[in-house]
Order: sequence, then C-alpha cells, then structure tokens
Amino acid sequence: MINSVNKMKKYDTIIIGAGPAGLTSGIYLARAKQSVLIIDQGTVGGQMIMTHKIANYPGVIDISGYELANNMKAQAKEFGCKIISGSKITGMDISGGIKSIEVDGEDNYSSDAVIIAAGGEPRSLGLESEKRLKGKGISYCATCDGDFFQDQDIVVVGGGNSALEEAVSLTKYARSVTIIHQFDHFQGFPHAIKEAAEHPKIKIILESVVEEFNGDENLNSVIIKNLKDGSLKEINASGAFIFIGYVPRTGPFKGIIALNQKDEIITDIEMRTNISGVFAAGDVISKRYRQVTTAVSDGTIAALSVLDFLNSKKQKIEYSLASEVS
Amino acid sequence: MLKTNLKHIQSASELNKVVSENENVMVCCGRMGPMCIPVYDAMENLEEKYENVKFFDMEFDNPEASVIRSLPECRNFSGLPFTVYYKNGKVVKATSSIQTKDEVKAILNDKFGK
Ligand SMILES: Cc1cc2nc3c(=O)[nH]c(=O)nc-3n(C[C@H](O)[C@H](O)[C@H](O)COP(=O)(O)OP(=O)(O)OC[C@H]3O[C@@H](n4cnc5c(N)ncnc54)[C@H](O)[C@@H]3O)c2cc1C
Repeated sequence: MINSVNKMKKYDTIIIGAGPAGLTSGIYLARAKQSVLIIDQGTVGGQMIMTHKIANYPGVIDISGYELANNMKAQAKEFGCKIISGSKITGMDISGGIKSIEVDGEDNYSSDAVIIAAGGEPRSLGLESEKRLKGKGISYCATCDGDFFQDQDIVVVGGGNSALEEAVSLTKYARSVTIIHQFDHFQGFPHAIKEAAEHPKIKIILESVVEEFNGDENLNSVIIKNLKDGSLKEINASGAFIFIGYVPRTGPFKGIIALNQKDEIITDIEMRTNISGVFAAGDVISKRYRQVTTAVSDGTIAALSVLDFLNSKKQKIEYSLASEVS
Repeated sequence: MLKTNLKHIQSASELNKVVSENENVMVCCGRMGPMCIPVYDAMENLEEKYENVKFFDMEFDNPEASVIRSLPECRNFSGLPFTVYYKNGKVVKATSSIQTKDEVKAILNDKFGK
C-alpha cells in the first residue's frame, strides 16, 4: 500500500537488493540502456561485505568481499544504475502491470519490472540476552572480534561449515572453544568436521541448544539444554560466536509472491516468479547452492529475462497502437 | 587510513579538538570488516540529514585510537566497531559491534535531537 504523496519517479526496472545478484542484474540492464533503480535497505554489497576474503570468484585470485562489492557497485553506477542504500521499502504494489514502490515513507518509484534480489540474513537465536550482550561477548564475526578473547574460554554455536571453520580459526586466540550444535551430527564438509573434531582445543557438545546467555556487563556463562533428556548445564564462557545459518529475506513478499516451505521465492529457470513482471535472483530463491558465483549467474539470467519481458511488452503496445490506427 | 567517505580522525589531539569544537560528534572506531562497514555506511547515509552532528571514523589499530579504546564507557566492549557519541565534549553514549541505520538514528535522535 502506497501512502505518500511525493511525485512518482519512473524506471524500466526496480531491483530490490544490492548484493551480487542485484548488482549484476543492474549492470546487465543498464548496459542494455534500460533505466534501473537499485534499492538496498542495508549496505551495498550484501553478504559479500561479511566476507573477509573471497578466493573462489573466477578471474580474481584473492579479494576482500568489501572490495569485490565496491567494484560491482562502481561498475553498476558507471553503466547508469541509480543506487539508493540504507533505505527501507515502506510500501509496495507489484501485482499489476505497473509496479510501484515507496521508500522511507516519502519517495515513490514505479517500474514495468521488478527483480527481487533480497538475499539472506544471519539467523539469530532470538534470545533477549543475545541482543543485550551483543558486542559484550556475543559476536557474529570471528575475524573481527576473535582477538578480544585471548586465552579465554568461548563457545561457538552451530554445526555447518561456517561454525566449524570459525571454531578452528578462533583457537588461534582462545584457550578453549566449545562447539554447541543441536543435531547429533554436523552438516559441514568432511574435512571441516575432521579438522574441528581433531583439534586439541575444541570440545564438542551435540544435541544441545542455548537456553540463555548469562552476564550483566559482559558474558560470563552459557546455559545449554540437552535435547535428549532436557537437562540444563552451565558452561563458563566469556565469548559466544553464533553461526547458525541464513534465512531468506522474504518477509515483505509473503502473501504477494509464491514462496516454498522454507520461505524462499519459487522461480522458473528464467527467474520468473508467479507474478508477471516480477523476477527473483540470488540467495532469496529456492535453490541448493548459495555462492557469489551462483548469485551473479541468477542476476544475469533475471536481467536477460527482464529485457525479453520488456521487449515483448513494448511490442504488444506498438502492435495494439498500430491496429487502432489501421 | 580507513577506506570510507567519512572524515578521518588520525590522532588523539585531533579527536580532542573535534570534540571540543563541536556540540554533537559521532566517532566510529573500527577496521574495514563486516561488522564495521555497515556502521560507516549508515553514518554516510545519515550525514546529510543530521547537519547538527559531525561524523568521523578512526582506525582501531592506530595506536592513537587508545583514546577511544581506553574510555571507561568502552571498558566492557569486545566487538568491533566501538562507536562513541560526544555532546559538549562528554561521552553520552557508546556502542559495541554492528548497528543498523535505525539503531544509529535512534541514538542520534535521543542524544542530539534531529
Ligand atoms: C560469512 C560469509 C562468507 C561467505 N563466503 C563466501 C565465499 O567465500 N564465496 C562465495 O562465493 N560466497 C560466499 N558467501 C555467500 C555469498 O556471500 C552469498 O551467496 C551472496 O552474497 C548472495 O548474494 P545475493 O545478492 O543473493 O544476496 P545478499 O548478498 O544477501 O544481498 C542482498 C541485499 O538485499 C538487501 N535487502 C534485503 N531485503 C531488502 C528489502 N526488503 N529492501 C531492500 N533491500 C533489501 C540486503 O540489505 C542485501 O544488501 C559467504 C556468505 C557469508 C555470510
């Protein structure tokens, strides 16, 4: 629902999200001389800026996520994309032929096509104590905050590749690292599991979840619950690093776009959603592998599909105008 | 020097000067990491809207940044960046770790008014 009264600015395509998928779509569309607006509620680059080093992006030997994001942003701007970051979508009507989007409750934009490239966000445990102790023991980035925990006892929550790899990297600083994982097995690659399991500084507690983080000014201990017998246990820890995966950012699209059971957007192989003129790309869609390369690939396909869609829309209008004249 | 579009503070004396010459000052002390970049980005976005506030960054690993690292308000911090808000030369708020634009905005409104 759009409430604000400011004049509507029109673009050929609006892209929601400026991660690698959205920026790639922007580059392709703007290069094809389409007018493109990219809106991001956070920082341009998306999850790439969470990544200290990207070593598996073909053609680039080793680059920080921030630099790769900045390069993509510069490229998109160079071709003429307008990028707005740090701005919230406050209203949206994308079901009809003309799509309209309200930003920050004051600016209105419309377009013929929309690409949703909203990616994912880190899953949090959702505990009040987690929020309160963020930056005071609770962290989501081992490379950023690991050195605050020299010779201390810490925990890592999670059981995927990120949790396992970060647990190993934290042993450079910490006296002990306890991995707490809810299942009876890890979901990481065999080499990552092996490295963590065999590390002398790492202890592993399976089938357990965090119930509470204790501490007034700083984290002191973690209460965990054994899922098999329900028993509670307190572990002394001054740091807790949380790596429990990512969830798609599809909240604003619920009830508008078809989602699967995991709340991911359902697309066909051309990145079309169930709504005409609305496409989706990147981590936000239903798929198995989530990488920068796959996001870039989806973004490319979505942009080319949008071009096709806009061309046929234009041809239809020209044809109907021509038939009216003749 | 940090690769941001903010004004950079490079020494303790520069920080003292900025804080004594301006009523409202926000300084984000961090690195070019994933928890810090979103805070710089939020500040760059808010700079235009909050003309009554001066926005700066400072490199955490600069030895001169001990002027921020050793503030009593940052004593319990263990997450980058350390973000400090000064009013009339005094620290009125300090936060540790990543903050969203809305969280930063709420502090600016509360401590400095819009
Ligand atoms: C710690 C970490 C390390 C990683 N390492 C690697 C690696 O080494 N190699 C690799 O290939 N991949 C890596 N990945 C995965 C890779 O970063 C992601 O697969 C990729 O960034 C997904 O791109 P995306 O554009 O789909 O989404 P994202 O990167 O998540 O970007 C989505 C953007 O959309 C914005 N957004 C969301 N909702 C809205 C909304 N409603 N309105 C406006 N904007 C919105 C967000 O703010 C965000 O900027 C890593 C991920 C993480 C978290």
